[in-house]
Amino acid sequence: MPIIILFCLTLLTLALGLVFLRLFRGPGLPDRVVALELFATITVGIIGLLAIATDIALLLDAAIVMALMSFMATIGFARFVERGGPRDD
Amino acid sequence: MIEWLVIGLILAGTTFMLVAAIGVVRLPDLLTRMHATTKAATLGVSLIMLAVALHFGEVAVVARALGVVLFLMMTAPVAAHVIGRAGYFVGTRLWSGTVKDELRPHYHPLTHRLDSGLERSDEPSAPVPRDPS
Repeated sequence: MPIIILFCLTLLTLALGLVFLRLFRGPGLPDRVVALELFATITVGIIGLLAIATDIALLLDAAIVMALMSFMATIGFARFVERGGPRDD
Repeated sequence: MIEWLVIGLILAGTTFMLVAAIGVVRLPDLLTRMHATTKAATLGVSLIMLAVALHFGEVAVVARALGVVLFLMMTAPVAAHVIGRAGYFVGTRLWSGTVKDELRPHYHPLTHRLDSGLERSDEPSAPVPRDPS
């Protein structure tokens, strides 16, 4: 079981690296917002895996807060992008 | 028995989230990337949270895990809709292989108005036609 969780954590870290690549390269602001949202979602998954690995159920509260924060951040960024008008970055 | 189920769910969820990350890197434009993040990543987190619920097996933990799943399933479409709308408003380029963009001939990027093609030109609220660019 610990081996499986370690393997999955490695894969998720690889996924985080790939998303960071898009966050770094992304041609526009909306692409970066999408990458940030996926970043938060993968972090929720990592917290879930850690809760299984350490048998601490309290970590799920952190996962809930993380999901909520990512939703709020996405809505805020979208308002920010929308008010900015046409842009070419 | 439960342990094998948990392992299977963890592996499946991790695979889906890795696929979502690969999709974000490989897909060509904003809307196709959102397709990867909303569906595959939500499914991956849901499977992992199901594994958490099975692993603990207490009522409080199961309720919280299902709460996370419910919250993600409710917010992911809303967030994707909002960011896709904002991306279209600011003129994000679509993929060069896009076959059809039905919104473009009816949408005025400066006023954010939609027309149906049936307006009379003497209507006071008729939007100005946009440049064919």
